[in-house]
Amino acid sequence: MANVKTRLLKENIAKVLMQLSGITITGSLFLIVGTILYKGLPYLSWEMVSQLPQGGFYIGKEGGILNAILGSLYLGTVSTGLATLIGIPIAIYLNVYVKNGSFLARTSKLIFDVLFGIPSIVYGAIAFSVMIWMGIRASLLGGIITITLLTIPIVVRTIDELLKTIPIDLKHVTSSLGATKWEVAKILLRYIKPGIFTAILLAFGRAIGDVAGVLLTTGFSDNLPIYIDEPAATLPLAIFFQLSSPIPEVQGRAYASALVLTFIILFIVICTHYLASKQKKHKI
Amino acid sequence: MNLRLIKDSIVRNLSAILLFASLAVVLLIVLGLGSKSIPLLQTEKLGNILTESIWSPLKGNFGFLPFIMGTVWVTFISLIIAVPLCILASVYLVEYASDRLRNLVLPLMNVLAAIPPVLYGVWGILFVVPGISQFVAPLFGVHTTGYSVFAGGIVLAVMIFPIMISIMVEVLLTIPQELKAASLSLGATKWETIQKVILKKAKPGIIAATVLGVSRAFGETVAVLMVCGNIPKVPQSIFDAGYPIPALIANNFGEMMSIPLYDSALMFAALLLFVIIFGFNLLSRIILNRLEEKA
Repeated sequence: MANVKTRLLKENIAKVLMQLSGITITGSLFLIVGTILYKGLPYLSWEMVSQLPQGGFYIGKEGGILNAILGSLYLGTVSTGLATLIGIPIAIYLNVYVKNGSFLARTSKLIFDVLFGIPSIVYGAIAFSVMIWMGIRASLLGGIITITLLTIPIVVRTIDELLKTIPIDLKHVTSSLGATKWEVAKILLRYIKPGIFTAILLAFGRAIGDVAGVLLTTGFSDNLPIYIDEPAATLPLAIFFQLSSPIPEVQGRAYASALVLTFIILFIVICTHYLASKQKKHKI
Repeated sequence: MNLRLIKDSIVRNLSAILLFASLAVVLLIVLGLGSKSIPLLQTEKLGNILTESIWSPLKGNFGFLPFIMGTVWVTFISLIIAVPLCILASVYLVEYASDRLRNLVLPLMNVLAAIPPVLYGVWGILFVVPGISQFVAPLFGVHTTGYSVFAGGIVLAVMIFPIMISIMVEVLLTIPQELKAASLSLGATKWETIQKVILKKAKPGIIAATVLGVSRAFGETVAVLMVCGNIPKVPQSIFDAGYPIPALIANNFGEMMSIPLYDSALMFAALLLFVIIFGFNLLSRIILNRLEEKA
């Protein structure tokens, strides 16, 4: 083995390299948010977030992206709601009704893990062809179905992880008092309540930021999203479309729209973090 | 009493139905995409589709090689950047960093994970693309607009940081203290312990994290589409434009109906993505589950 000096030198070099990689990775986050803030802030105005696109909006005249903001919130809320309604019973079934560690439970969890990693473009492609087959055109409904499918695995896996942290005794005690499985489940759900909101927010964040899925299924519209069978605008798509315009004014608006989306996402993340710390205190 | 039992069985059956319906989505995807790709597979051999490099749907040429190579290039570049950085950073977080630093950095990784693809794309256009055309490419004496597989690789690398870091940190935390203590007590420096004990022990977990990163990179659509240039030619250098498979699907969905076999080709592309990503995900999850059971 080499002498002590070179070994210690290596140790120090490695340490500096590790610190540098840590700084690079953490720094990339600030670089992204900083870049968007720097470019978007000059273009952000009250008009941007409170008005619909007027005639000539896409050549740089007045108007705003209210249609896209509302469209995204609408789409995100409804699909996250549906995904929660579907996902929670599944997680409960896998943890309370099915024996833990059984083939069904393990395979299902594995499949949800894998589904979690399937890119939204694949969901979009399959939803698109199903919609054509059924004669539905690009609409809010199509988007909702796609995004719901996309977010179910997130809800199931997050809630499943939470249910795993519950001490098994709690389950046994409740059962031994003569509770049915559904009553046990209700107790467990109360126990992980803050965590459930975390799961919902995670799904909401994914739903509101997705582009590839809505690109094929939801279309785009300058009107307020009111009817479920009509196309609707979404914020990520508004950014995407405005950015491809050659007019500087429109591009600037794309940066400002990106800033709006960044704010929404940061708000969601902060809420999630707060709730997650609450869940930690909630533990016995 | 009876009412309680009835409620219980209603919930049981309802949730079972929801479970099987959700699992059936996998089948729906495979069958749907599969049946749509049959027309293309009937006119051309699978081997030809995958290895030919001419893409001109109007003339009936559906060579997927440019897109496959586009995807391979951006994924490969992103891994070269992300894997060493993530290994070093997560080792630092677990072995050197104080609890306070770790509790500060890991939530920031969650923020990075929550940023939507389109914002990565905006950042790529505003920062990475001009950076490449003005600073990096001139260093190598290359003239480029910056819209290149290199730009796509950088954006993807940042996108897969959070998933790789969080899994690697989790894996490193499971390594028993005794192993490290044994190595240190034999006089090894901390770095030697990391190299010869910790990383060796964590290898399956690191591989699993990398495979998950790969599958994420494979399927990423919009962020890459925005910075890659989208020219259907096999890239020859990192400064060439590329055209990954997901971008192909996203860019051409509107017009595909009018050209014969075009929709079949795009569905085949989606099926290709699905099969590859499903396989990769399955592999890494099985490795990770095994590790978890052992720990």
